[in-house]
Amino acid sequence: MTINNNGMFVRATPLLFGALFVIGLVAPFAVYPTFLMKILCFGLFACAFNLLLGFAGLLSFGHAAFLGTAGYICGMLVRDLGVTPEVGILGGTLAAAILGWVFGVLAIRRSGIYFAMITLALAQMVFFFALQWKATGGEDGLQGVPRGHLFGLIDLSNNIAMYYLVFAVFCVGFFIIHRTIHSPFGQILKAIRENEPRAVSLGYDVAKYKLLAFVLSAALAGMAGATKTLVFQLASLTDVHWHMSGEVVLMTLLGGLGTILGPLVGAGVIVSLQSELADKVGSWVTVIMGVIFVLCVLLFRRGIVGELQALIKRAGIN
Amino acid sequence: MEIFGVPSALFGSQLLIGLINGSFYAILSLGLAIIFGLLNIINFAHGAQYMMGAFVAWIALTKFGVNYWAALLLSPLLVGALGVLLERTMLRKLYKLDHLYGLLLTFGLALIFEGIFRDQYGISGQSYEVPELLQGGVNLGFMFMPIYRGWVVVAALAVCFGTWFMIEKTKLGAYLRAGTENPQIVQALGINVPLLITFTYGYGVALAAFAGVLAAPVYQVNPQMGSNLIIVVFAVVVIGGMGSIMGSILTGLGLGLIEGLTRVFYPPASAVVVFFIMVIVLLVRPAGLFGKTA
Repeated sequence: MTINNNGMFVRATPLLFGALFVIGLVAPFAVYPTFLMKILCFGLFACAFNLLLGFAGLLSFGHAAFLGTAGYICGMLVRDLGVTPEVGILGGTLAAAILGWVFGVLAIRRSGIYFAMITLALAQMVFFFALQWKATGGEDGLQGVPRGHLFGLIDLSNNIAMYYLVFAVFCVGFFIIHRTIHSPFGQILKAIRENEPRAVSLGYDVAKYKLLAFVLSAALAGMAGATKTLVFQLASLTDVHWHMSGEVVLMTLLGGLGTILGPLVGAGVIVSLQSELADKVGSWVTVIMGVIFVLCVLLFRRGIVGELQALIKRAGIN
Repeated sequence: MEIFGVPSALFGSQLLIGLINGSFYAILSLGLAIIFGLLNIINFAHGAQYMMGAFVAWIALTKFGVNYWAALLLSPLLVGALGVLLERTMLRKLYKLDHLYGLLLTFGLALIFEGIFRDQYGISGQSYEVPELLQGGVNLGFMFMPIYRGWVVVAALAVCFGTWFMIEKTKLGAYLRAGTENPQIVQALGINVPLLITFTYGYGVALAAFAGVLAAPVYQVNPQMGSNLIIVVFAVVVIGGMGSIMGSILTGLGLGLIEGLTRVFYPPASAVVVFFIMVIVLLVRPAGLFGKTA
């Protein structure tokens, strides 16, 4: 039940994307750029996660490991080795891809509920490494990461310049995900999600496709994490904690599982909520996140974008 | 006296802690396994329910003066009743959907419980005094054993084997096993399957709360005590597989002991040794030690 089943939406989609792109370009002049950058980083993170859950049907409960690891690697490269920011982001992305390959090889040996538990356990292992290894700064995190000069030329300590880099990274990631979903590879992933035994009987090497999807999702999550480290000049334990793995599930679910824009919307809502609520309700934020989770699962499984699509579709038919 | 160059007292006490942790792993993975068997969901809130078991005991003692022995009965009943309520009002709506929704719902519930207790009691631990009857310790010759710690292992094992007996040897257990195999046919034979499911979830949750009360005097009672434990228990479940009750008990105990040994010889690795073993098991025997292919 994706948006592409209906011709009308296919024609409307480029228009929508074009409008969103323009909004993205002018947004930093209307809204606080750091806030926007946070939404874009988490939006990319959630889109990457959605590629796996929404289109391949694999629930990873350990995606924080990729976000966090890439953040640490990018931070070390930029701060301790003095490389330029774009190399830092690429390095972080590569590290996440390699880690994703390791997780993937292990986790795809089991399916369903076990897959989720294995990814969670592996991510917890990464968390303990980050906690105990000196290079990551333990509880303090990796502090004082400089934003540096993009290609050695553009000074990123300027928030607007930094914003356009984040926006560019998001667009690249989003484009890769969009292309993947609409490629023959993406169609095979959907086939595996819908009916794995049938995909096997059609001669597809299911394990290989799942692994590739996992690595791609991990790499893109890493790209988001590395970029986020540059924005906040900090890589910390929060990003590898299992709470973060849960948060990305929540963003995706709230926005709309298996919709292309849903995760971005979900990330926007959750990030806004957290920054709004943080000073007002303190530790009740966790409770509120939990309540949203429960409501989404019980009453609202299509998510915001999914519900909107269903509404438009109904209006279109009548 | 030394064992492998380690003073026997240190060796023994770490092994005992390993055994205690192992008993908790056993009770918790047992609860997860019986819930999964009948409900087909993984109860992510299991860790939070363990934490609530400990907190109920602590609140009962400090606010109402209810002693340990009463709490050992009362706390599982209360937390189990909450479990029954959750099953009746929420989980029930998800049985026809993908299993993953059950995991997500219970994850949300875990966040809610943890958040509420953190707001009320902060993140610092509360200590719970060892009951009078079990204070002190005995000298075993090679080590000094606090009586309470011995009691934890005995009580946990008794509950585990009692549960095993109930499931494998009684009529109720037979219904439960049949329901795990094929709920439709069991229902057709005139057994109230929805009630059986509610009871099973409540019992699994009560087991977690029981472990929480046992843990209260050993560890600090704090809102996060369950969430770190539950991830290790997930790894235990992956290692053991959820097909066999006895398998869950043995895997839990064994891994606790291995963790204790690791703490003697190389402390930094003790937090991750269970995850390492999970990786090895996945490479060698993906279905788990006692598992059927899932």
